[in-house]
Amino acid sequence: MTDPRPPQPHDAETAATQARVVDAWLRCAASRVHERRLWLTELDAAIGDGDHGINLDRGLMAVLADLDAADGPGDDVGALLTAAGRRLLGVVGGASGALYGRALMTAGERMRVSAGEATPGARGLALVVLDGAVSGIAALGRAVPGEKTMLDTLVPALEALRGAPTDLPLDSVMLGVAEAAEAGAVATIPLVARKGRASYLGERSAGHLDPGAASSAILVRCLADAVATAQRDLGENGVDGPAPGAPGGPGDELAPQRL
Amino acid sequence: MVGLLLVGHSEDVVRGLVAMIAQAAPSVPVAGAGGLGDGRLGTNGLDVADALRSVLARTADDGVLVLLDLGSASMALDVALDELDVAAREHIRVSEAPFVEGAVLAAVVAAGGVDLEAVAHAAERAASVPKRTRD
Repeated sequence: MTDPRPPQPHDAETAATQARVVDAWLRCAASRVHERRLWLTELDAAIGDGDHGINLDRGLMAVLADLDAADGPGDDVGALLTAAGRRLLGVVGGASGALYGRALMTAGERMRVSAGEATPGARGLALVVLDGAVSGIAALGRAVPGEKTMLDTLVPALEALRGAPTDLPLDSVMLGVAEAAEAGAVATIPLVARKGRASYLGERSAGHLDPGAASSAILVRCLADAVATAQRDLGENGVDGPAPGAPGGPGDELAPQRL
Repeated sequence: MVGLLLVGHSEDVVRGLVAMIAQAAPSVPVAGAGGLGDGRLGTNGLDVADALRSVLARTADDGVLVLLDLGSASMALDVALDELDVAAREHIRVSEAPFVEGAVLAAVVAAGGVDLEAVAHAAERAASVPKRTRD
């Protein structure tokens, strides 16, 4: 999928903007998963092994430390995504570390491959990140939607982004993406798990929100907020300044960006 | 000689299994990866990759049989295999055998100098070895 707009004249500037979006996204993810780590762990205790929130928090805190130690986000968005993925892989561990790690590494690889082609902007970045995440997780987890996994959140989010009218302002598009992700996560409640530890429970896994689907919804909401914020800063899609009806609420706790 | 790689969720279980193999078949190259450090249970693909490189370095081209315990051990192995050169992956075989029984049986057979195919076959037989002799 390519962005319908023509290539941007200032590729380096756009690459730096994309790196700032990823930086803001990962900082948001670290902050919100940290706040919700006990809830995620309780979800996992019901149908898994009860460490999802704690382990993911630990991994994202390590990613946050890497971002803080770096001299700003730079302009290599592929490298930024790949490094964060490797950090999650090494620190989170378990299935969720492998899956989220692979998700970010696949997205990073695709950003590297697409470098030099038409620069995809903030909307294209969101597309590459979500598409890469879905591909990476589906391949490593050998999973499809409907099995009570992260994919039940991420696939509806990707479809919402792909299906959005191109003339719709990006912040409205991303709000729809975040809401599709959250609806997808909630829809895992009645499902019987077919993958992971929860599948050992069989029918007893029904009635519980899947912890991976829940954490994925947090990550997508943060991505949507980071992309929408970048769009407002850039005036992409001809929208200048804060757009009316932009996602507010918990989205306003974004850590200050390092520029 | 064929080597063994043990991928489990518990550092203690993996270390214990390495010790059992070292006693039963001290000549067999073996490496293990288990736990997330700090006593946390789980599997880490990067640790598995390190262990795999370590055992491959000690087996010449005779190959490595991988034994897995539960669930995400398989995913951690997939992550580790992606870290490796394609050529190195040809020397690796993944067993469906039970973790402890399969590893010990495989080690004893490997110590006899047979090839990877024979070691893999021996390990899978472990699933049907009775625990108690029946009358």
